Amino acid sequence: MSILVYTESENGTFKKAAFEVASYAKAVADQMGTSVTAVAVNVNDTSELGKYGVDKVLNVSNDGLAKFNAKSYASVLSQAAKQEGSKVVVLSQSADSKYLAPLLSVSLDAGYASNVVAAPTSTSPFTVKRTAFTNKAFNFTTIDTDIKIVGVSNNSFGLVENSASASSEDFSPEITSSGVTVESVDKVTDKVTIADAEIVVSAGRGLKGPENWGMVEELADVLGAATACSKPVSDLGWRPHSEHVGQTGKPVASNLYIAIGISGAIQHLAGINASKVKVVINTDPEAPFFKAADYGVVGDAFEVVPQLIEKLKAFKAANA
Amino acid sequence: MKILVCISHVPDTTSKINFTDGDTKFDTNGVQFVINPNDEFGLTRAMWFKEKQGASVDVVNVGGPETEPTLRKALAIGADTAIRVNAEAKDGYQVAKELAKVVKDGGYDLVIAGRESIDYNGAMVPGMLAEMVDANFVTNCISLEVDGTNAKAVREIDGGKESVSTTLPLVIGGQKGLVEESDLRIPNMRGIMMARKKPLNVVEPNGASTETGTVKFEKPAPKGEVTLVAPDNLDELVNLLHNEAKVI
Repeated sequence: MSILVYTESENGTFKKAAFEVASYAKAVADQMGTSVTAVAVNVNDTSELGKYGVDKVLNVSNDGLAKFNAKSYASVLSQAAKQEGSKVVVLSQSADSKYLAPLLSVSLDAGYASNVVAAPTSTSPFTVKRTAFTNKAFNFTTIDTDIKIVGVSNNSFGLVENSASASSEDFSPEITSSGVTVESVDKVTDKVTIADAEIVVSAGRGLKGPENWGMVEELADVLGAATACSKPVSDLGWRPHSEHVGQTGKPVASNLYIAIGISGAIQHLAGINASKVKVVINTDPEAPFFKAADYGVVGDAFEVVPQLIEKLKAFKAANA
Repeated sequence: MKILVCISHVPDTTSKINFTDGDTKFDTNGVQFVINPNDEFGLTRAMWFKEKQGASVDVVNVGGPETEPTLRKALAIGADTAIRVNAEAKDGYQVAKELAKVVKDGGYDLVIAGRESIDYNGAMVPGMLAEMVDANFVTNCISLEVDGTNAKAVREIDGGKESVSTTLPLVIGGQKGLVEESDLRIPNMRGIMMARKKPLNVVEPNGASTETGTVKFEKPAPKGEVTLVAPDNLDELVNLLHNEAKVI
């Protein structure tokens, strides 16, 4: 009956999103008067999950799962849900979790709600609040099936600490073969990803050329932020497509989004609107971004950004 | 190769989003509908297969008669046949179930859908469909090559990309990168004229049920005015971000 949560990891360590979905699962468990069981795949030390409300960890350790594979991972979760008799499965909205969720949904005959941003407003009928229309609206959705899958948007629920501790047991599911084989992974490992980042620093055509991105990267470094860019910048090849945020690029739901030299086309705003606090730096006071932002600086990025870097360095030094 | 491209009929990005019927339905009044952008990248890639490797390209949508202009546009871009499953699209599961029947009946080798629609943003139909028809599945797909029954695809992941190999039958959740923005085609007059004569087959639904239901929609609270900070007073910005917004 326990709430099942998929706590994602990378290289043997939990991602931040794992603690967020665990916190969410704990909130659902409290509402429904039950406990939380986490599934962890190839994680060295799972003890930290207890801090976020997990009662029991199903430890899966298998070389066949060394690389993420949606079909195989969905099957592991499906077997865990069946073993535990779980009626609610919680997962994040990382690229991997979004990949496996629909497969899991079919295998468990479970209704799935994606982009969920708050704890259930009701557990009978089971009702969640999710974003729709590319962040221009919320959609209150019931999940009407016996088993329910909830995909929690990253950075929407936050981390909630508990003083509990988690027990741990080995779980050895059957590993399903998949018709999709990963040949190679090309991943920047020393940078914060846009999906995981609490702060995103993004720049647009206002920077005039790819050679001027040094200050954007420096600002991101100071803040521990991920870097992103507008669509024209990725279309022009100034920055890789993987940095493109907006409607046809990656969605952003960071705590702080800093837009430099981005005018704020509606497609861009749609993709970043879920960010909590938005700062815009632009020479044009009429740029539409000023209507969407919380804080704005009308000024030349080439003057403002280097100064801001210095101010933030001083701030960090003073608050270290 | 038989290709099916799934087309969502969605409000243009610039549309005002409003709701009607006690905030339970999207208000289509005065709204311009388009092919879902993620689907259009897939359709354009399908046209490339048709022209360079030889393939038939059908397009399908689950929706009422009001979605036919969107299907006609797909025909004008170059698809051979359109199929409309005559049912109101209610949730991802129901749509996937209806599409599964079309895929099975048509014996398609490759199904290309968008990774998500820009209206409901469910990001679930392609994966559910793949599972229902027992096909391989790659989503967030930014590159696709097919050679006989073998396929190579690239998937965008958090912080990078991943190259995979797989085989047909295959369902793709596509996005920008399958083709670039500059490759998208605007239908020309000849295409539009030809599209009028191409078959648009209306098939009756198999009456798939739903798994989820909409209680209501809500618009985000209107945003307050922007707080402007002078460019020579950036200490104030740092102060606001720390003490007021509490994000640094």
